[in-house]
Order: sequence, then structure tokens, then C-alpha cells
Amino acid sequence: MEQYSEKVMDHFRNPRNVGEIENPDGIGHVGNPMCGDVMEMYIKVKENIIVDAKFKTFGCGAAIATSSMATELVIGKTIDEVRQITNKVVAEALDGLPPIKMHCSNLAEEALEAAIKDYKEKLAHKKA
Amino acid sequence: MKTIYLDHAATTATDPEVLEAMLPYFHEHYGNPSSIYSISRISKNTIENAREIVANALGANSKEIVFTSSGSESDNFAIKGVALAKQQQGNHIITSSIEHHAVLYTCKFLEKNGFNVTYLPVDNNGIIKLDELEKAITPQTILITIMHANNEIGTIQPISQIGEIARKHGITFHTDAVQTFGHIPVNVDDLNIDMLRISGHKFYGPKGVGALYIRKGIKITPLIHGGDQERRRRASTENVPGIIGLGKAVEIAGKVMENEATRQTKLRNEFIRTILDNIDDARLNGHSSLRLPNNVNISFEGIEGESILLNLDMEGIAASTGSACSSSNLEPSHVLLSIGLSHEFAHGSVRFSMGKHTTKDDLDYVVEVLPGIVKKLRAMSPLYKK
Repeated sequence: MEQYSEKVMDHFRNPRNVGEIENPDGIGHVGNPMCGDVMEMYIKVKENIIVDAKFKTFGCGAAIATSSMATELVIGKTIDEVRQITNKVVAEALDGLPPIKMHCSNLAEEALEAAIKDYKEKLAHKKA
Repeated sequence: MKTIYLDHAATTATDPEVLEAMLPYFHEHYGNPSSIYSISRISKNTIENAREIVANALGANSKEIVFTSSGSESDNFAIKGVALAKQQQGNHIITSSIEHHAVLYTCKFLEKNGFNVTYLPVDNNGIIKLDELEKAITPQTILITIMHANNEIGTIQPISQIGEIARKHGITFHTDAVQTFGHIPVNVDDLNIDMLRISGHKFYGPKGVGALYIRKGIKITPLIHGGDQERRRRASTENVPGIIGLGKAVEIAGKVMENEATRQTKLRNEFIRTILDNIDDARLNGHSSLRLPNNVNISFEGIEGESILLNLDMEGIAASTGSACSSSNLEPSHVLLSIGLSHEFAHGSVRFSMGKHTTKDDLDYVVEVLPGIVKKLRAMSPLYKK
């Protein structure tokens, strides 16, 4: 198997923002234990800006590193800006992933999307 | 940092004594064994000596040993070779669902080419049921191929009884003995074996050399055509240094095997007990006693194998996993699914396989760092809520 980049290993060894957020504004839960990857992303939003993000992940080295990197990339960004954080952006921020591990970065993007969708639904619910 | 190598089921380091024996055959005695001048006679005689050593270890005749390039080639040769030779007699092959891919994918290939294959299920310990084997036999059955011991979970099959059933029905019986030969006694007559696969690098021999035992009278069609080498069963100039190395490795294994099997079995049992005592929600995969002396395979609930391996690697420990994340198809090990493990537990498996240089200190060190690794990953896992 192709080796991981130093950046992937750094995020794997010392994952940033591990854990859960109490009373989060959005939660994204994606993946399936059957496939060996499950990701949970929690976000806290203030005035349309993501002020905190945390994750919990069951998965391989790439899955943990992409989760960690994704949380780092979203903190401080507006909800609109976060849309530009695609799987490619996450993978590039980690100096690339082995080809067979690219699905892990898809999962990070999906977790983020799911968390934002959940946030928007909760927001709409509050307004209604 | 010292490396604690616990992946001997994948490969072993070539024994320095083996390497020493091989070296002259690269540059000093380099003659082609098929030629007639004296330097070639040296190569020829030495490979015949190696053949004798391998045959003696198996309780076979040296004419029944064919040297190959690897264990995988031996499996391909045995299965395709018998299928081709016997296709007028029948087109049915019986194997198990937990074979090595060299057997499984060879069977799949034959299925695409007009053969029928039965994949026998195994119980939760990884053992086939003999009555199901008997039931699977048809007048069309030409070959039974079932591994001696499983490379992932270490379970040892009732090979002698399987061979007896095959013989009763006049069916050729092949076994993949890559994990057992050189580690536990393998006698082809005691175990009723017709064909058997060996790989050199699994017991301190070099990579790139294997052998196939073919009992006298078994019809087999060669796969590699060309010269008359290996009694016309496999063309190509012999890998002389490799064959010498294989012979030497067999010779050394014969001397140390008994003591090593006893020593490793003791280490194994203690290692398993200590891990299960110290880590909650972990389970042993494979049979507790009908098991290779050096194999330990454990699943940890709620965490994934590759991330365990990477953490072990950071501590200088080399092991392996049956998780999908280490393969390209994202499916976890077919062996672990076959013994009834859930996908989640299959993803969380780690195999430690010991060798002759593994010490109790090495294993104590693993037991010291492993609980911390499992705890750290579980704290990060959305699937582990305890």
C-alpha cells in the first residue's frame, strides 16, 4: 500500500478537535460500520460562522486524519465559505491521500454537508 | 527504536545460515543444472540434494517434489494442473470458504472456464464439517483442496480425515501447507495428502521459491511449457540459489521445529490470556487449541484495524489486520466474515504472528502498550459508547 504523507500521519497521531459538542447547532452522521468508516461531525454556529467543530470517527488512518483536517478547515468559516471545502480541498490540505483512500475524504465532505444540513433544518424549525 | 516483528505469517527474515548456503550459487557455482560440464553438475547435484531434504521432511520420495517460484504458483499449478488433466473425468472441485486467495481466485478462474466449485462453509472456529464435505462429493468431483492451517486465524483443519474421505472416493486431495510446513509436523502419508504447497519464505528461507508435492501416480498438466526441467512438469531454468536456500531452511526447521512449536504455543496462550484479561470487549478469532503455535488474532470492538496497526507501528510493533482499509476493495477479510464475525468486528481485527526470535519480553511490551492504543481509539470512536 502507498504510504501516508507526513501531514496525514501528524493528524493521525495528534488528531485535532476530537470529541463531541454539548448542544451542537448541527450534527452530521455518515458512513457505515460495514464499510469500516463512520464519521460524526458536530458544529457550533454563531452569526453564520462556525465557531467550533468536533468529530468522532471509526475508521482507518486516512479517515481519522481527514476528519481532523476537516474540523480545522471549517472553524472560523461562514456557512457559505464551508461549501467550498470539498473532499479535494481536505485531501490537498493533507498533502494528498493514497488513491484507495480517497473515499475517506469523501466521507469528511459528506459529514460536513450533513452537519450543515442539520444546522439549517434546526434553524428553519426555530424560525417556524 | 527496536522493531518487534510480529508478522511472521506474512514473511520471515532469511536465516543467515540459509543465506550463507545460497551465496556460492550466485557467482561461484553458477552453472545451468541442465548442462553437462562440471560446474553444472555441482548445481544439479545440490538441487537434487535439496529435493531429497524436502522429500524426507514430508515423508515423500524426491521424485514427488517439484520446485516452483512461490507458494502461489504451487497452488495454481496443483489446482489448474489437476483440473486440466482430469477434465474428461469430471468438472467439480471442492474447497473451503476460508482458503488463501491463491486457491480461491484460482477456483474462481476455473468456474469461469466451465468448472463447478463448492465452497464449504466453516464453523465459528473456522473448521469445515466433514459430513458436509461428504455430502458435497459428486461423481464429477475431481479435486478437493483445503488448507492445512489458515493464515489469518491459525485454525488447523482435520486434514487426515479430509484426506481419508478424498481417498475413499478416489478424489485427489491438495492442501495448502504454507503456514504449517516447517512449523509443525507434516507427513503426507500420515495426513493422507496427495498434493501439498510449500513456500520458502514462511520458514526463514528466501522469497521467490516454493515447492509442490505431487504423490506418485497423480496426473497433472504442466502450466509452464518449455524445457525438460523438473521431470517435464515445470519448464524454466531452476532458481538454484533459491532451491538451495529452501533446502537449508527445511533442514534447520527440522532441528528446531519441535522445541519452537512448544515454546511458541506457551507464549501464544499467555499472550492471548493477558490481552483478553486487560482489554474489555475483545475476542479471540479462531480455535483456542487447534491453532498454529504462532498465531494470535484478536478483534477489538468499536475500532478499526488499520488505525490500530499504525499506532502499534509508532511503538515499533509490526502486525497485520483483516480490515478492509488495508485492501483495495473495502471488504473486510473473507475469513473473518466466514467464521461469523460482524463487519464491524472483522474491521477491528489484528493478527500477531510470532517467530523463532520472538521473546516473552517482546510480547510483554505489546501487552503494555496495546490497552492505551485501544483506549485512545475507542475514545475517538462513535461506535464505542461504553
